[in-house]
Amino acid sequence: MFLASLADLSRLQFALTAMYHWLFVPLTLGLGFIIAIMETFYVRSGNEFWKRTTKFWMNIFAINFAIGVATGIILEFQFGTNWSNYSWFVGDIFGAPLAIEGILAFFLESTFFAIMFFGWNKVSKNAHLISTWLVAIGTNLSALWILVANAWMQYPVGMAFNPDSARNEMVDFWAVLFSPVAINKFIHTVTNGYVLASIVVIGISAWYLLHKREEEFARKSIKTSAVFGLVSLLVLIWSGDGSSVQVAKKQPMKLAAMEGLYKGQTGTPIIVAGILNPGKSVKNIADNPIKYESEDAFIFKISIPQGLSLLVDRKTNTFVPGIEDILKGGYTYLDKDGVPKTAPPIEERMAKGKLAVEGLALYQKARLAGDEEGKGLAYTQLMDNFDHFGYGYIEKPTDVIPNVPLTFYAFHIMIMLGIYFLLFFIITLYMEKKAIISKHRWFLYLAIISIPLVYICSQAGWVVAEVGRQPWTIQDLLPVGAAVSGINPGAVRTTILLFFILFTALLIAELGIIFKVIKKGPGA
Amino acid sequence: MNSNIIKRIWLFYYDGFRGMTLGKTLWIIIVIKLFIMFFVLKLFFFRGELSSYQNDDEKSRHVIENLTTSKPNT
Repeated sequence: MFLASLADLSRLQFALTAMYHWLFVPLTLGLGFIIAIMETFYVRSGNEFWKRTTKFWMNIFAINFAIGVATGIILEFQFGTNWSNYSWFVGDIFGAPLAIEGILAFFLESTFFAIMFFGWNKVSKNAHLISTWLVAIGTNLSALWILVANAWMQYPVGMAFNPDSARNEMVDFWAVLFSPVAINKFIHTVTNGYVLASIVVIGISAWYLLHKREEEFARKSIKTSAVFGLVSLLVLIWSGDGSSVQVAKKQPMKLAAMEGLYKGQTGTPIIVAGILNPGKSVKNIADNPIKYESEDAFIFKISIPQGLSLLVDRKTNTFVPGIEDILKGGYTYLDKDGVPKTAPPIEERMAKGKLAVEGLALYQKARLAGDEEGKGLAYTQLMDNFDHFGYGYIEKPTDVIPNVPLTFYAFHIMIMLGIYFLLFFIITLYMEKKAIISKHRWFLYLAIISIPLVYICSQAGWVVAEVGRQPWTIQDLLPVGAAVSGINPGAVRTTILLFFILFTALLIAELGIIFKVIKKGPGA
Repeated sequence: MNSNIIKRIWLFYYDGFRGMTLGKTLWIIIVIKLFIMFFVLKLFFFRGELSSYQNDDEKSRHVIENLTTSKPNT
């Protein structure tokens, strides 16, 4: 039965909650800075127009913040209930960043948020401006810690596994914080928020122009956010390039799924656009190899020769492993220390993983029996194979392949929309400079339509990041099947239904209030 | 001096909340949301699987048991 398993239900619940939470977060991340920039214009110029403009966007910020705040806490509820093995296994690696995030969110955001909203006539202009900037910086710092924790799941570093407690303990905080995956992820994610907020501001402003209202407000809002959005988008593209290099090194299976790359080659092309052949199912690699081999990967594709090799290694002749290569092993890769090694086949990793899991069981047995010698032997068995620990739960090699169509299409939707937004910002700035935006109704409609598109783009990015790394909750160390708790699937179904009702009601409330505020306009 | 600062902070928040127009609706939404989250979902549906164990050692044993004997659900 579809979604019959507890792991699938828990994944669905977590994915829906995270995606819902992510509807609010990027707008908060970006709009905070747009407001701060507008208020800076006000403080520097003394022009009341900028104060009125700032206050309007601050209202949109507040509504979004109020509806979105704390929806992320439900994810933490799920960690404890649905993913208790995972929560225990990650130990303080996850706990420390989340605790810092909680403190930052509470003190920085809550304190300065109040000054930002209540303090217009109570504190000096400069003190108010500083508060607005600190709210913007605070929300971004909150995001940093969550993203550091997420990056650790994609590339676990800076920890040591304690077999007495079955927990990973942080031994190098800086390695966790400054891992290349974390840095790229943070920059890529927050700049995504800046681009999203810029498009939302442009789209709402376009609505005013379409209704021939608030022309000065709308045009200056468009200009400010288009500049902010374009600069952010360039950084976003740069960090996306960095992310692809990291994915190629640390999660080659994810990259193969993103590109629909079944068989690697020297000088691998990059797919610009394509339609995957549904007949090319990875299940057939083991079940029906003749059918698998006879099917092409794509029904249609546009590709750039050697593009993927160039992207991930800056060389046109680099070998990029495909799904089959990763299953079979034998290609050269760089390990965590940058040393070239030959990739083992997945079956070998599964065998080593089983030894690691067995080592943990033997260690625990010896520990409880007070058998020091047995403990030592089991510890060696566990730690010698710990890099493959998660493979001990994999039943067949093809289980390590993520959902290829979902990852591929999400990735290409994200890229295509990213290119569209680049053109959109350039056209916006050109039209604004020529003062012709109001005359082109097609552009105003396009700006409004771009609002849902930017949300689709943003969500697609997370689908690539999270679906692409399946089956792992922690890369190579813990698959979802071993991470999930032994709870009743019926309870998960009930909470999914409850979430659906609660979240839909909240979303309707938010949209209702936002539309009301927009309709009233900045002059209200 | 200290009581004066506390009074000023209190008045800052009090006046701020009293002067809200849009904010009142938002606060009602926030309060209802937090009530549902913490007093309905957390209490009745998300108790935490390991919360029934007395200490970290018991929790460790339970997780190790799960990790070493349960059949994975991939």
